[in-house]
Amino acid sequence: MLTVLAYLVVGIFLIGFAHRIWLYASCPAPLKIPTTPAPVTTTGVVWRLFTEVAFFNSLFKGDKWAWAGSYAFHGALVLVLIRHLRYFVDPLPEFFAHVQIAGIVAGLVMVGGLGLLLLRRLIIDRVRYISSPADYLWLLLLLGIGGSGLLMQFCVRPDIVHIKAGMMEMWHSTEASLPTMMAGDFIFLAHLIMVAALIVLFPFSKLMHLGGIFFSPTRNQVDNPREKRHVNPWASN
Amino acid sequence: MADYSVPELQEDIKTPALAVGTMEHLKPYPAIEKHMVPLGFPDKRVDNWQQKGIEKLGDMLKKYRSLQVYLDICVKCGACADKCHYYLGTKDANNMPVQRAELMRSVYRRYFTPAGKLFPGVVRAADFDEETLNKWITYYHQCSQCRRCSVFCPYGIDTAEITMAAREIMDAIGVGHKYSTEIICKVHDVGNNLGIPKPALKGTLEFLEGDILETTGHEVRLPLDEEGAEVLLVAPSADFFSEPHIQSLMGYAKVFHQAGIRYTISSIGAEAANFGMFIGSFAQKQKIAKRIADQARELKVKRIVVGECGHAWRVAYSFWNTLNGPFDFLDPRYPVPQHVCEFTYDLLKRGALTLDKEANDQYVVTMHDSCNVARASRMGDQPGGQFEIPRALIRAACHHYVEMDPDTTHEKTFCCGGGGGVLTDELMDLRVAGALPRVTALKQVMKKDKVNFMALICAICKAQFTKILPLYHIPMETVGGVHQLVSNAIQLGAKKGIV
Ligand code: HEM
Ligand code: SF4
Ligand code: SF4
Repeated sequence: MLTVLAYLVVGIFLIGFAHRIWLYASCPAPLKIPTTPAPVTTTGVVWRLFTEVAFFNSLFKGDKWAWAGSYAFHGALVLVLIRHLRYFVDPLPEFFAHVQIAGIVAGLVMVGGLGLLLLRRLIIDRVRYISSPADYLWLLLLLGIGGSGLLMQFCVRPDIVHIKAGMMEMWHSTEASLPTMMAGDFIFLAHLIMVAALIVLFPFSKLMHLGGIFFSPTRNQVDNPREKRHVNPWASN
Repeated sequence: MADYSVPELQEDIKTPALAVGTMEHLKPYPAIEKHMVPLGFPDKRVDNWQQKGIEKLGDMLKKYRSLQVYLDICVKCGACADKCHYYLGTKDANNMPVQRAELMRSVYRRYFTPAGKLFPGVVRAADFDEETLNKWITYYHQCSQCRRCSVFCPYGIDTAEITMAAREIMDAIGVGHKYSTEIICKVHDVGNNLGIPKPALKGTLEFLEGDILETTGHEVRLPLDEEGAEVLLVAPSADFFSEPHIQSLMGYAKVFHQAGIRYTISSIGAEAANFGMFIGSFAQKQKIAKRIADQARELKVKRIVVGECGHAWRVAYSFWNTLNGPFDFLDPRYPVPQHVCEFTYDLLKRGALTLDKEANDQYVVTMHDSCNVARASRMGDQPGGQFEIPRALIRAACHHYVEMDPDTTHEKTFCCGGGGGVLTDELMDLRVAGALPRVTALKQVMKKDKVNFMALICAICKAQFTKILPLYHIPMETVGGVHQLVSNAIQLGAKKGIV
C-alpha cells in the first residue's frame, strides 16, 4: 500500500514534470526577444540565468520585500531538502552529519520567509487583488509542511528510527509500514501527506517556474540577431 | 483639448492605491471590413468566435514558446504590478501587467489545464465569453508593448508577448483595431504609414533641400530612388512631414553630405515602421519588412541605415534577419541593419564630422530612452550600446547634458504612453495618463537643472510628447530628436569625407 502510493506519487511527478518540460523545449521561439541589455554570448546567457536562479536578480530589482521573503524561503528550502537526505540515505555520508544544525535553522527561516510572503499577499492591495485561492493554498500548504516539520523537531518528536526504516523500506518492500505509536507519529503522517500533495500537484501548477525559468526567451536568448540569423521553423519563407 | 482628464503631477512617481475599472470605458475603434479583409482577417466577428478564439490560442501555444511558458509559470508575486506606466497613471487594476496577462491566463487555464477544467474557482479560470472578450478588447489596447514589466519579473515574463498574442487571436475572430489595420493597409497600398504618394514625397524632399541650402548655403541632397547609392536610408514616415521629426531627417542628410557617402531614400520602402508587430502578426511583420529587403536589392545599395524610430529599430535589429534574411548581398563590413546613431557615431569617431557644441548652447538636454530601443535592441557591439551611443552623440553636440532619475532611464525607462499601437485619438485619455511617470521625471530635471530639451530617437515618442506635454504645461518644443541636435551642431564644408 505504502509502496504503491510512493511510486504513484513519484511517478505522477516525474511524468508530469517531464511532459511540461518537453512542451516548453519542443515549442519553437520564432523571434529573438531577449530583454536587453542582454548578453551577446552563450557564456553570458548562462551567467544571466545563473544570477536569476541563484540570486533572483530581477526580483531584487523589482520588489525588495518579495525578494527577502522569497529568498529566505527558497534558500532555506534547499538546505532543508539537503538535510532531509538523512531520512532516505543509509549510510549517511559524513558531510551531511555536519549540516544538521544549518538544516534546523533553515526550517525556521523557511517558515519565516513563507510568513512574510503570506503577509505581503494579505497586506498589499495589488498583491491581494491578483491572488487566487490557489495562491494562498500553496503558501498554506508549504507553511503546513514547514510548521509540522518544526513541531516534530522542537515539540512532539515522532519515532524517527522506525520512520526512517519505513521510508527506506517502502521503495522495495510492500510490507513497509509507518509507526503510529506516539502523537508525533500522527504529525509525521500529516507532514507526509502534505508533501505527497505538493509533489503530485507540482507539475500542474505555477510551481513549474522551477523548470520554466530556464525556457524564458527573454532571459535565455543571446542578443546576436544581426550576427547570427535566427530561423523561425514555422515561417513560410 | 480641455476635455482630457490630466492626472495631477506629484513631486515624485508614486504607486497609487488600486482602483477597479477606471479605464473600462476606453475602447479602441473597431477595425472595419475594408481594412480587415486585405490583411487576411475575417470581415466581421465570426459566428463561432468563442470556438475559433480558443482554437487560435491552442494553435499559438504550439508556435510561441514565450506564450506557453509565460501562461504557465507566473507565481503572482506582484513584482511587475507597479511597473507599468498605465497602472501608475490610471490606477486601473487590469493595467497591472500581471492582471493584464491574467485576462488571457484565466482563459488558458479554463480550456488547456486540468486545474482550470476541474477547479475553475480555485485557480480563477474564466470562460471565453462576451464579458472576457470585452475586457480583452479594452485592456489589450491599453498596453504599449514597452516590456518594462519584463525587466522586473523574476522569470522575465513579457506582457507585451501576451498582448501581441491577444491581438492576433482577436484579429483571427474578426475583432481588430481600426488604427493599426488601417495603417498596415496604407503600407501595402502606398509604401508608408502616412500614405504619402511618391510625387508628394519627392516634393517634400526637394523643398527640404531648398530649405537647407537657404539656411546653410550648402547643397545637401535628399535623394529618392537613386539606384547604385551606397546606403539605403529607411526613416519613419513622420520624418518627412511632422515636427520635430523633420529636423532629424535634415540631420541625417547633413551627416551623409558631410561624410561624402551617397545614399538614397526609397519611395516604396520609405517607411521603417512596422505595425505588424503591434498586431502580433508574424506574417504581416514579414510582408511589411520584405519591401525594404526588396528595395535594397533593387536599388543595389551596400548598406541599410534605419532612422530614429523605436519599434522600427526593434523589428529591423531583432527581426529582419529572421523575417527576410540573410542579407548576404550587402557589405559584410557593416552590421545589417545599422542605426543612424551607430552610423553617425562611427563617422564621428573616425573624424569625418565636426560638431560645434555652441550651436546648442540654448539647450540643457536630457535623454528619454525609448522602450523598444532600450529593452528590445542594441547598438554597437556591447550590451547597453543603445544607451551609450545616442548619449555620446548628444554630448558631442551640446555642452549641457543631465540625466533624469535613474529609475526612469536606460533599461528602466518609462514609455511615452503612446507606443505599441495606441497612438490614436480615441485613446487620448490613456495616452495622457500613461505619460505621467515620464512627465514627472522630466519636470524634476526641468526644475532642478533647467532642462529645456528632451532628446530621443523614436517617431512615436515625438508624436506623443508634442501632443501630450502641453497638457502638462510643458512646451512642445521641449521634445526633439538626437539628430536634431546633430543637425544644429554639424559644421558643413569644414572638412569633407572620411579621414
Ligand atoms: C530553480 C528553482 C527555483 C527558483 C529559481 C524559484 C524562484 C522563485 C521566485 C523568484 C519566486 C517569486 C517571488 C515570490 O513571490 O516568492 C518564486 C515563488 C514561489 N516559489 Fe519558487 N523557485 C524555485 C523552485 C521552487 C520550488 C522547488 C518550490 C516548491 C517546493 C517553489 C515554490 C514557490 C512558491 C510557492 C512561490 C510563490 C510564493 C508566493 O506566493 O509569494 N519554488 N520562486
Ligand atoms: S509591456 Fe509595458 S504597457 Fe504592457 S503591461 Fe508591460 S509595462 Fe505595461
Ligand atoms: S513579476 Fe512575473 S511572476 Fe511576478 S506577478 Fe508579474 S508576471 Fe507574475
